[in-house]
Amino acid sequence: MTDVPHVPVGRRILANRLFLAACVVCTGLAVCVLAVLIVSIVMDGVHRLSPDFIANFASRKPDQAGIRAPLVGSIWVCSICALTALPVGVGTAIYLEEFAKRGRLTEFIRINISNLSGVPSIVYGIIGLTAFSRFFGWRAGSDPIEFGNPDSLLYLRLPFGSSVLAGGLTLALVVLPIVIVASHEVIRAVPNSLRQGALALGSTRWQMVSRLTLPASLPMVMTGAILAMSRAIGEAAPILVLGAPLMVLETPSNLMSEFTVLPMQIFNWAGRAKASFQEIAAAAIIVQLAVLMSFNAFAILVRQRLQTPLQ
Amino acid sequence: MTMMSSMQTNPTSAAAAPPGDAGPISIRAAAFDGYYGAFQALKGISLDIPRNQVTAFIGPSGCGKSTFLRWMNRMNDTIPGARASGTLTLDGEDILARSLDVVDLRRRVGMVFQRPNPFPKSIFDNVAFGPRLHWRHSRADLEDLVEQSLRSAALWNEVKDRLHASALGLSGGQQQRLCIARAIAGGPEVLLMDEPCSALDPKSTASVEDLTRQLSTAYTIVIVTHNMQQASRVSDRTAFFFEGSLIESGPTETLFTNPKSKQTEDYVTGRFG
Repeated sequence: MTDVPHVPVGRRILANRLFLAACVVCTGLAVCVLAVLIVSIVMDGVHRLSPDFIANFASRKPDQAGIRAPLVGSIWVCSICALTALPVGVGTAIYLEEFAKRGRLTEFIRINISNLSGVPSIVYGIIGLTAFSRFFGWRAGSDPIEFGNPDSLLYLRLPFGSSVLAGGLTLALVVLPIVIVASHEVIRAVPNSLRQGALALGSTRWQMVSRLTLPASLPMVMTGAILAMSRAIGEAAPILVLGAPLMVLETPSNLMSEFTVLPMQIFNWAGRAKASFQEIAAAAIIVQLAVLMSFNAFAILVRQRLQTPLQ
Repeated sequence: MTMMSSMQTNPTSAAAAPPGDAGPISIRAAAFDGYYGAFQALKGISLDIPRNQVTAFIGPSGCGKSTFLRWMNRMNDTIPGARASGTLTLDGEDILARSLDVVDLRRRVGMVFQRPNPFPKSIFDNVAFGPRLHWRHSRADLEDLVEQSLRSAALWNEVKDRLHASALGLSGGQQQRLCIARAIAGGPEVLLMDEPCSALDPKSTASVEDLTRQLSTAYTIVIVTHNMQQASRVSDRTAFFFEGSLIESGPTETLFTNPKSKQTEDYVTGRFG
């Protein structure tokens, strides 16, 4: 062995330092880009932030314009999206990992779901328009079927049209693949030895899932869910396709109400020539970022709370 | 039914049967074949496992002893392509029957795995996991049962002050004894142990071996081991497997000192395997 040439120690240390430097530069670049973005937006828009800006509806006059309708609309749409996409997505992930027979079909379905998360969201907008807004052209040209009083909370109309329900369901389509893939990875990461342990004690599959794998993976499932919701709250394209009106002067009162969302409003204002509209667009972006950050803070909080009992 | 009575139901005392004598049969296999897909892992196994004794399975890796063990509580059901034929009964009841309730079988036949696999829950919740699956105990009964199980697993004194701490904070040996406590808390008749000491240090191994001997007064124990000293220390009877066949079985002392088969003799004297 003595005549095998040694790897020069100096070169190994040098390589180590070079790699470290490369990592620092990459991280620095990412942080810089983000910082520049935030600083420029804050400089443009912070002086436009005021209680009135939050409380007012949209207006032709930038000084009086506010984001009340899109802010409340975003909350409605994201709630609908969360209430539909999370149970369906986590349920699908549980089925794929814990119940489905391993085989070509399951694998084919899994791969296709992964692929779906790469489909441009505008495509989901078109699907949403066809499926939820128009029910594939059902009753096209005639009046929609109505249930209940248009002023009440329980009002329902078929097809859904460009309502907040159609918007929420469309966003659910956008984030469903993300929720499924993220939850699936997390549930898959639960060691098989634990499943075997639970089954050997006489668990049914469902008892194993509900008492062991789901609690063990819930904190990370929640994290994935919040990331998916962060994506949902930032989407403008699918909502645009649904035909949400440009100027909405009321907040939703039921699932069939007209609505707009923050990214739509930002898109609308940022596209105008007047500098003052650019400023309120920047102010709206600040609000959007704040909402996003409180989402993430909430996710971290939930995760820590769920994990504490064992520490 | 109270828990205590079910745990200590003990129709035949071990003392009644001299060591090595078969006594009443708990698990019986006759002409038992086991397959993974087209591969036959077990060939014509016929073996009686006596009640309230420790039966050790020995043999080189891949000889089928763990596979056979995992048929006794139908854990092989979770492996695609695994199937079996022949006779395998627990107290005369067909283990392989389609109509058998696997969930109930596994309550009656507990299992301890090669690597300790405590759940990411508290010590208490680990032990209470099995009972909670099958019964609705009052809190007080459940606490009694957990204490009783931890005492039986010789772990109570070490953990009684931190029952609600994570089980993952225990040492490897403690974790394995916790898994034993968890397995007996459901009130099984049979305890299957699949190389329970192979991931443990010598001191923990000694404590698990002691425990195995003690538990055999209340449970029928089947232990798979690679370690022939361990087999001779803990078991009343030993079965030697080789390449999917049962070569020889009998009282441990006879099998080690006076084996009938040349293969057994070669293996137990360390000439191969």
